[in-house]
Amino acid sequence: MFEAVAFYLFAFLTISMFYITVTTSQALYALTALAAGMIFISAFFFILGADFLGAVQIIVYTGAVMAIYAFGMMFFDSTRSVREKQGNKYIISGLAILSAVLVVLIFAAPMISTNMTAFYPSIEGAGNTQEVGMVLFTKYLIPFEVAAVMLLVAMIAGIVLAGKKMDLSLTLMNQAEIDEIKKEQDKKVLS
Amino acid sequence: MMEIGLNHYLILSTILFAIGLVGIMRRKNLLLLFFATEILLNSVNIAFAAISHYYNDLTGQMFAFFVIAIAASEVAVGLGLLIVWFKRHGNVDLDTMSSMRG
Repeated sequence: MFEAVAFYLFAFLTISMFYITVTTSQALYALTALAAGMIFISAFFFILGADFLGAVQIIVYTGAVMAIYAFGMMFFDSTRSVREKQGNKYIISGLAILSAVLVVLIFAAPMISTNMTAFYPSIEGAGNTQEVGMVLFTKYLIPFEVAAVMLLVAMIAGIVLAGKKMDLSLTLMNQAEIDEIKKEQDKKVLS
Repeated sequence: MMEIGLNHYLILSTILFAIGLVGIMRRKNLLLLFFATEILLNSVNIAFAAISHYYNDLTGQMFAFFVIAIAASEVAVGLGLLIVWFKRHGNVDLDTMSSMRG
């Protein structure tokens, strides 16, 4: 009973927040609604007993990703309202719903047709965080390390891309401009 | 109706995925396109967590963690590229992003 009430409440809240995100013409409203939707999604994880995943969802999505978006939006002109494609609304929604149902069916059909048994069944007498730790550091150790390397690469890429002089493009310049930049660099090295 | 099963979560996941796809198809601004991809990744995470709970298996939660890690790095790189583009051209509209004339 309590679970059902919580599920329907948070389902309604999540759907309305994401609906605002995709329909509003203000980038700031979209960002705020997306952050709220992320927090409401973590409620589903808590209902499903995946406590650690819910905490990670709040910390990573609303703590890190939304903060990056908020800082990134300082670079853009976010007060201007966003222009949208002038497409047929019914075709777009029809295609979206059709492909979403197809994707879910593709993944759900093998589950329904075969008798699925648990690959890594949950361990008796251990909390969710403990179970996650046991499986993550035994069966999924290599993907975990690869994910760590990928995050490091992403961090370096973010620092380099947002740094100085990245707004110059050597392919879009002509030879005279490139020579001038080279000369300036030589001067700096010599002095 | 009152007993929440796996199908409820899968239907919710489908609805959220459809909302994300609508967002991807109708947005022109690349920043808002990123928001729509975040919605897609989150809807898949709900499905993973629900399957993990109802089949009593931890693999779904593991995959949800890796999806979150990929989403975080995608945001860092994508936003960096977006800032570079904005510094160069002054807008982030998809229609203006064609430097090759074919």
